[in-house]
Amino acid sequence: MLKIENLHATVADREVLKGLTLDIKPGEVHAIMGPNGSGKSTLSYVLAGRDGYDITEGSINFMGQDIGEMEPEERAALGLFLAFQYPVEIPGVTTTTFLKTALNAVRKARGEKELDPASFLKLQKQKLTELGMDADMLKRGVNVGFSGGEKKRNEVLQLAMLQPKLAILDETDSGLDIDALKVVADGVNALRAPDRSFLIITHYQRLLDYIKPDVVHVLAKGKIQKTGGPELALELEQKGYADFYDEAA
Amino acid sequence: MPISNETRQTVAELDRKYEAGFITDIETDLAPKGLNEDIIRLISSKKGEPEWMLEQRLKAYRHWLTMPEPQWAKLRIPAIDYQDAYYYAAPKNIDRPKSLDEVDPKLLETYKKLGIPLREQEMLAGVAVDAVFDSVSVVTTFREKLHSAGVIFCSISEAVKEYPELIKKYMGSVVPYTDNKHACLNAAVFTDGTFVYIPEGVRCPMELSTYFRINEAKTGQFERTLIVAEKGSYVSYLEGCTAPKRDENQMHAAVVELIAMDDAEIKYSTVQNWYPGDEEGRGGIYNFVTKRGICKGKRSKISWTQVETGSAITWKYPSCILLGDDSVGEFYSVAITNNHQQADTGTKMIHIGKNTKSRIVSKGISAGKSDNTYRGLVRISGKAEKARNYTQCDSLLIGHTCGAHTVPYIENRSPSATLEHEATTSKVSEDQLFYCRSRGIPDEEALTLIVNGFCREVLQHLPMEFAVEAQKLVAISLEGSVG
Ligand SMILES: Nc1ncnc2c1ncn2[C@@H]1O[C@H](COP(=O)(O)OP(=O)(O)O)[C@@H](O)[C@H]1O
Ligand SMILES: [Mg+2]
Repeated sequence: MLKIENLHATVADREVLKGLTLDIKPGEVHAIMGPNGSGKSTLSYVLAGRDGYDITEGSINFMGQDIGEMEPEERAALGLFLAFQYPVEIPGVTTTTFLKTALNAVRKARGEKELDPASFLKLQKQKLTELGMDADMLKRGVNVGFSGGEKKRNEVLQLAMLQPKLAILDETDSGLDIDALKVVADGVNALRAPDRSFLIITHYQRLLDYIKPDVVHVLAKGKIQKTGGPELALELEQKGYADFYDEAA
Repeated sequence: MPISNETRQTVAELDRKYEAGFITDIETDLAPKGLNEDIIRLISSKKGEPEWMLEQRLKAYRHWLTMPEPQWAKLRIPAIDYQDAYYYAAPKNIDRPKSLDEVDPKLLETYKKLGIPLREQEMLAGVAVDAVFDSVSVVTTFREKLHSAGVIFCSISEAVKEYPELIKKYMGSVVPYTDNKHACLNAAVFTDGTFVYIPEGVRCPMELSTYFRINEAKTGQFERTLIVAEKGSYVSYLEGCTAPKRDENQMHAAVVELIAMDDAEIKYSTVQNWYPGDEEGRGGIYNFVTKRGICKGKRSKISWTQVETGSAITWKYPSCILLGDDSVGEFYSVAITNNHQQADTGTKMIHIGKNTKSRIVSKGISAGKSDNTYRGLVRISGKAEKARNYTQCDSLLIGHTCGAHTVPYIENRSPSATLEHEATTSKVSEDQLFYCRSRGIPDEEALTLIVNGFCREVLQHLPMEFAVEAQKLVAISLEGSVG
């Protein structure tokens, strides 16, 4: 599904990823944990193809293709999805219009027919109900005036609508109270499928109580420092990142 | 090295896709080039005008000769050679057709290409159209139905002959020929335009609409529109404009006058898509337009909505004189400039009556090397007790080589007046574009989505049938401005 090999990447002329290797198989849920500033968001942006995040060495293979040179929209069409740590506001564009534009753009890129308005609304309603979300937010501008929890739920709604092959969740748990966290986790769990993988980026172990990962990695100093099972997350919770800070400094 | 096919194709693709940029091959009756009293006499006689109309034209022309060009806008306007243009061009085969069947099929084809279906059966339900091709009104549809409601909707040339009393009374009453040089030229050489009269208590049964098209080379278009809404009446009117691609500049100097009596409401919408010139700034229309409405009656309302995407230079300030007590003036504007386009546009709200209210919402979008200025005047006279104005000006920048400017003028002599002014300038952020693209929306589509969102408040005020058209126009105008 996703195979990252010896990935080096720079942001603003600074090397942030320094030889990262990762292999995610279909259906697997991987968690990446790491201290602030260790390069977690950078990794998610490099994967999604953001301008200014340049690969200097190594490769990213997704769905059997080298995606290193692809535009973000091409990666999305291939089935890559990034839930943002800080979702962006787009004033005047209703959430519903945004969802429809995105879904139809992806369908078009895949050579599928665009959804007619009725089928789209039906699908949207179904996803909304499954996620236990309020229809009111569909009429509001994308993320405009949304609370932290609403923004993150909106990311999960987009995830549910676009049905990607790989979903990267960048600190989707940050800023959520326990109830909101459960809603988000339930939403993600409902989307788990044999052909869909997840890369869950988080600073805290808490989210992993609700979304059980198959594999846990520790990212520090721009590299995966340690890989293990769910027990690694608990260990980090107790000991903190002190060991890795020392090395990183 | 020979130019490869690929290069040629790339260059062709880079050329902005101005969809209305074709030329109709049609026989034209052209007056000789240049401007003098004889030309004006010729225009007047071609139109079979009464003597009083000719006298008015000549008076305006003589005054025009003494007037300086307006200088206050933030525009670079090359010196205009008024003698190097044609002031009258008419498609030959149409001497006032009585019905659509008499119209030259080539003309109908032109309007069809522009997406304006003149044939009634093809028309958007409930929209009556007057089409002005170069200097002449070609056809007005739905006249019968309007007639039975008592509404007059005809070309201004016809109105001069058939409703001389109304024309004498109202034409020039809101925008006198002495107003400014462009309006004065129009008063001297106006060739056609539309007249609308809504009798007392009548709610016009359909949207009225005029499409203007400049076809001939080196031709100026000088149309006049006059709308009179009697007590308690209502009308919604829309104008659309296009012109073929040409390397030289063409002049468009129109005058629009609106008059609203007690409790009357006029909603005037414009979707302006004159040819903007190419990427290098060659060609394009000079759009010098004077639009003004007077809320004469109590509780009357005039609402201007404009979507300005075309023209090389736009100089335009649709205004409201709020004379009647409790009258309301509104101005909703989207102005998009790209490449080398320049726009200096805004409004004037002149509060005279008590309790008058005005609302200004302006959205300026600049891309490429363009310059976009909002210029607005709010004047509140000492008599305008408790007048209120709300102004909101938002500018959106795309790229680093364009300019956006906001120039508000406020003159308040009424201590009980309330004025609110908000202004913002923002950029289409890389964050927003990346967010859209990460969801699969390609960059140009993402930009269009963001810009349409930015304009939403204004686009919502367009008649529904045209809101979709305007959104597409936003997309076309922004082509080539990302990446
Ligand atoms: N756009 C940027 N410009 C400059 N430095 C950046 C940029 N993005 C990230 N960095 C730097 O890269 C490092 C990793 O940041 P980030 O990936 O956001 O970490 P994390 O998500 O793990 O907290 C930090 O030192 C940060 O300052
Ligand atoms: Mg981060």
